Amino acid sequence: MHLSFRWIAVTVMLLWSFSARAVLTIEITRGVETGTPIAIVPFGWDGPVKPGQNVSDIVEADLARSGRFAVQPRKDFISTPHEDKDVVFKDWRILKSEALVIGSIRLTAPGKYQVQFRLYDVFKETQLAGFRYNITSDLLRSVAHQISDIIYEKITGEPGAFSTRIAYVTREEPTRTQPVYKLQVADSDGYNAQTVVRSAEPLMSPAWSPDGNRLAYVSFEDKRSKVYVQNLTDGHRELLAEFSGINSAPAWSPDGTRLALTLSRDGNAEIYVMLLNSRALKRLTFDPAIDTEPSWSPDGRGIIFTSDRAGSPQLYRMDASGGSAERLTFDGDYNARASYAADGKSITFVSRTQGGFHIAVMRLDNKTTQILTDTSLDESPSFAPNGRMIIYATEVRGRGVLASVSADGRVRQLFKFEEGDVREPAWSPYNRKLQYKE
Amino acid sequence: MKNRKFLAASLLIVLALAGCAGEKATKPTAGEEKGATPAETAPATGESAAGASLSDREKQRRAELLAQRRVHFAFDSSSIDDEARAIIEAHAANLVANPQIKVSLEGNCDERGTREYNLALGERRAQAVEKMMKVLGVAGNRIKTVSYGEEKPLCQEHNESCWRQNRRAEIVYQ
Repeated sequence: MHLSFRWIAVTVMLLWSFSARAVLTIEITRGVETGTPIAIVPFGWDGPVKPGQNVSDIVEADLARSGRFAVQPRKDFISTPHEDKDVVFKDWRILKSEALVIGSIRLTAPGKYQVQFRLYDVFKETQLAGFRYNITSDLLRSVAHQISDIIYEKITGEPGAFSTRIAYVTREEPTRTQPVYKLQVADSDGYNAQTVVRSAEPLMSPAWSPDGNRLAYVSFEDKRSKVYVQNLTDGHRELLAEFSGINSAPAWSPDGTRLALTLSRDGNAEIYVMLLNSRALKRLTFDPAIDTEPSWSPDGRGIIFTSDRAGSPQLYRMDASGGSAERLTFDGDYNARASYAADGKSITFVSRTQGGFHIAVMRLDNKTTQILTDTSLDESPSFAPNGRMIIYATEVRGRGVLASVSADGRVRQLFKFEEGDVREPAWSPYNRKLQYKE
Repeated sequence: MKNRKFLAASLLIVLALAGCAGEKATKPTAGEEKGATPAETAPATGESAAGASLSDREKQRRAELLAQRRVHFAFDSSSIDDEARAIIEAHAANLVANPQIKVSLEGNCDERGTREYNLALGERRAQAVEKMMKVLGVAGNRIKTVSYGEEKPLCQEHNESCWRQNRRAEIVYQ
């Protein structure tokens, strides 16, 4: 059973959230059989009242969602060790677990916890990792995601991306009232959702600054599109672009000093770069077609954008200083909204094939393209910072929802929010500040 | 039915002349127009200015066209078809005849394709209507364009009939 959850919907309900609003289900709509079998023993607890956040459950949900692990069902466990001395490797070899995670949480002072965990290679009978964290209760979820990142990296050899966040836009339309749009930021598992902006008019195109501290976005609060930048720590925001025409598609340069954006102040949608300290503008494209959706290469040298200069929207690449553009896509009549992987080697974008709009990935070295999804209204793809997953927006039974797919297309999930439409997801970069381990 | 449309068109012109900007004029639903009583007593001021020599049939056709405030487009296109052309011509004539009126052209798209591309496409649709109005003699400073991309659909379903309604430029008298 635990080895084969391919094509079977596995619903992971996470019910210990702070508020009812945060309740969300992640449904694995497509899994794989090939993940590393791992057993995660529920962490031991030493204290009068259990903490609100169940660390081992969060770790288990993270790893299951990644598609790289086959998480062993707890009911099969022969023993439930919390300490190193209690581990009997034979108990786990019988279950064919290749990896074992144990841990404990101890109340050290009111509101303060010590979290420990150990990761073992069951067959080599060795410890692969072990950390201790001294934290306040509000950081329990963060620590759980860090533990997931460590396990993921030790087992797969690649960095995890659980300690990241996603920005997205929700639209709710309570009966008989105006719709409400919210720009929200949540943990990568959909929890701790916080509203950054609330508006009666549409919000779109959130873009993370490279340090993860600011969001640029487009707001129609003045009845037309304008670009704002908002600091997530103190809420301070600045209006960056309100030229005549459209002001849209903000994209940060990798060094955080410039913003590429689309303006039609000269009469037609063109790509510009704004220096953030001086607000000086440089126009990069000069074409009577639509030029929009810039995405900066991680090395800062190039910009990929969408243009219909050849008659239909296609992807092009130019130098970050402008100049001639090289066409990248030739298959189909709609390829748009590219976004780079952090290693700069591939892009994800929206491609129309067989009448539907799907998420695609292209390797930039040989231009090979793979279509990853088979739903028909997929848009706004962005890579996780480790390049292994892509989050995007799609539509299920008439509602806008978020979904994720592994970069190889083998694992897919739906993020189900309680109500309203959810759209425009953007995956944050790594936030190196969230490190508390010893 | 035709009489009602005629009345509605006349009312809209009167409202526009009276400087009734804003919300009401942006939503010309049949119910709203019917419920607005001033039409029954107000003279159709715009009509006389538009040309006394028009035949009754022409007047009626003009009024019917003026009552239509939306022109529609094909997917990923800002080309103006014959149906849209007739509507734009009627509004342009109305604007020429009533130089104090200003108009806002709002470009919109269906949900398919990407939001940012659609924002630019919506602007191009609004600009296509603007361009035609200018050719027909409306001064550029009386026309404003705005794009809502795919953000303001009229119809929320995911099918071609809905998409067709949503691919539109709206002519909104200020």
